[in-house]
Amino acid sequence: MTSAESAVAVAIAQRRSLLHSDAIQRVLAFGALIVLFAIFSVASPNFLQFDNIVGILLATSVNGVLALGVTFVIITGGIDLSVGTVMTLSAVMTAVFISVWHLPLPLGILAGLATGGLAGLVNGSLVARMRIPPFIATLGMLNIAKGLALVISGLKPIYFNDTPEFNRLAMGSIAGGLLEVPNAVFVLFGASIVASLILTRTVLGRYAFALGSNEEATRLSGVNVGRWKAAIYALAGMFSGLGGVLIAARLNSAQPSLGQGYELDAIAAAVIGGTSLSGGEGSILGTVIGAFIISTLTNGLRILSVPQEWQTVVTGGIVILAVYLDIVRRAR
Amino acid sequence: MAASSDLVRMEGIHKSFPGVHALDDCRFELRAGEVHALCGENGAGKSTMMKVLAGIYPKDAGRILFKGQEVEIATPRAARDLGISIIHQELSLMRHLTVAQNIFIGREPRTGPLRMILDEDRINQQTRSLLERLNIRLDPRARIGDLTVASQQMVEIARALSLNTEVLIMDEPTAALTDTEINALFDIIRQLRSHGVGVVHISHRLEELKLIADRVTVMRDGRYVATVITDQAPIDRIISLMVGRTIYEATPEVPEHPSLDVVLEARHLNRGRLVRDVSFQLRRGEILGFAGLVGAGRTEVARVIFGADHLDSGEIFLNGKKLLIHSPRDAVSHGIAYLSEDRKRYGLALGLDVETNTVLAAFEKYLGPLGWVQPARTRATAEAQVRGLAIKTPSLQQKVKNLSGGNQQKVVLAKWLTADASVFIFDEPTRGIDVGAKSEIYRLLNNLAAQGKSIVMISSELPEVLRMSHRILVMCEGRITGELRAGEATQEAVMQYATQRVAQL
Repeated sequence: MTSAESAVAVAIAQRRSLLHSDAIQRVLAFGALIVLFAIFSVASPNFLQFDNIVGILLATSVNGVLALGVTFVIITGGIDLSVGTVMTLSAVMTAVFISVWHLPLPLGILAGLATGGLAGLVNGSLVARMRIPPFIATLGMLNIAKGLALVISGLKPIYFNDTPEFNRLAMGSIAGGLLEVPNAVFVLFGASIVASLILTRTVLGRYAFALGSNEEATRLSGVNVGRWKAAIYALAGMFSGLGGVLIAARLNSAQPSLGQGYELDAIAAAVIGGTSLSGGEGSILGTVIGAFIISTLTNGLRILSVPQEWQTVVTGGIVILAVYLDIVRRAR
Repeated sequence: MAASSDLVRMEGIHKSFPGVHALDDCRFELRAGEVHALCGENGAGKSTMMKVLAGIYPKDAGRILFKGQEVEIATPRAARDLGISIIHQELSLMRHLTVAQNIFIGREPRTGPLRMILDEDRINQQTRSLLERLNIRLDPRARIGDLTVASQQMVEIARALSLNTEVLIMDEPTAALTDTEINALFDIIRQLRSHGVGVVHISHRLEELKLIADRVTVMRDGRYVATVITDQAPIDRIISLMVGRTIYEATPEVPEHPSLDVVLEARHLNRGRLVRDVSFQLRRGEILGFAGLVGAGRTEVARVIFGADHLDSGEIFLNGKKLLIHSPRDAVSHGIAYLSEDRKRYGLALGLDVETNTVLAAFEKYLGPLGWVQPARTRATAEAQVRGLAIKTPSLQQKVKNLSGGNQQKVVLAKWLTADASVFIFDEPTRGIDVGAKSEIYRLLNNLAAQGKSIVMISSELPEVLRMSHRILVMCEGRITGELRAGEATQEAVMQYATQRVAQL
């Protein structure tokens, strides 16, 4: 592992003037992903099986979508702790629309997205207008969304028994043939492309970087900082909403007690992928790689029969390592 | 000339910050097609005045006329809409973005649905032609964080000029530039002047005025002093307008001569570009002034001695014993105190009361046998310090953030006195302090010296350094370029050393 990494490091050092630190971290993360694959393939013959790879892809889909939203917020220099439970609330709302009120599927999906967007907008308003620190505002939202999900669902899962096609949206495959990969994976890829375009090509993305780089300078440039910040949190909320729809379809039910803890995996994915917690740096590609690292690690450790408690310990350690690497690079 | 030709006229401007009356009935006028320099010592209110004009600070009172019309400039945006641009003293760029992205921030050409898509090609193209027009050789796609400070400054200037600017305010634009770059900048300014732009030029470099300014307005201690036509006013006259204060004359001068014992000695200190081969001796009861331009490396020297930054090389001796200082804690334990220019960030726990701040650096002395703080003793100490230093506070329980700047400075001093410091490094001790309170700080410094404490005083206010110090060391670009004795030092001599650049290697 070290030799592979040092080879990457040498290659990076030669291009140092061209690459920036988030790009370096991205390359490092990709290298780490490959190393992980190599190690697990050698350690267990079951790892590199088609079904297992599909499993990793599927496991990445929900966390990946959440991480996309969180990436935007972290680039502004903020944080969003509510993505996990907002995802759950969105799943519950989708279920209410489809299974309780028997409304058409598209309307249910829209309800999920809107719920997430609304929660994000509230986050954004709390942060931008009322100047509540993002950590506290979104921690509050974490609990609000969690509580609302439980209240609305009546503490019980809501199943999509009348609408089997909803489950097929996530678990069926439009690809078919030999590469039968579930749609959820394509949703992740599609969402990533959209997120990447928003981040690099639109005003919203530009101001996310500008805010994270120097908020005061951005304000002095005449940018309506509050409005854009609120919009960015709302966008992050919409990705949580998409995550909610996705997980509901995948599980064929809305599980109101799920969700807490997902935010840490999402933040971890972004940070591992090179998004700087001090703001101003980050990329969607990096975040997607980061999300894959986490699910590959979890999957591999499970195949090696490492108890789940220890898997959690390892992912926690990886996050700290990623942040530390970020600090070391910055200090140089 | 008739008043109607004024592009900008500011009258009766007042602005207060907590503890400081920054602007007191100030005025300023600017004509189209003139370069108007704004001069004054640090803290005279130049930047504040211009920030009011640029919509960054709201004014407390007064009025602003723009082309004869009274206007309210409440936000930076409002200023920009009028065609007023400001280039800030502290760079205000987004270092993660590119040159072009910075220049177009807030007004990016957009296309597509909801006009959300950035037209990056146009941003880069327009930036390229703007930079070419200004003769600035930079790649529009370069990231700001990768550029030198001078290049960043040029980007700031390009950004201001890319707006439809009628009034351009430059707050010490030349501080970080080389002579070649300054000449390039002045060419640009002349070009703008010939196009009818009104340019406000804030600068400490008086020799620049003759080169570029048509008129000079002098400010002092937050007040308007005079406006003169540059061609008719010799530099000496401008300096005397800037300096001519009476308050300093009233303060006691340097105390008796210090003893010959060397308390602190620095030998060949080096750190980065701003501390280069710095050696000096500080004697008992001496006030050693450190003069120089902003960014000359004085604060950096203080920080390495205090252990806030690590030395690349060099040695520090205290009373003849070599010290190993790895952290501020080490420095404090040897009795070295650093009173930073930014009291709010480094010197005080603002949310805590006077008593707690006073004993903060010496808590161990007030702990009982079981480790709890003994309130009676901390109160006694704090009371004594408040009385001794004449700190104006309603009670010991008053939160420090509610005190004036001068009294906050005294609380910092009380803290270090309580910690038994013997060497005091004052970094801009009177910055942001009202004129009246300044003389009191000077008295305190003199008293400390008279008690045998040793003082390093870093100050950018020349009259302050000249009147307070036994000896003055002048720094430029990380080196000590001159040493002057109290008697022989003049502003001119200090300035000469302060601008004495060592030939670039």
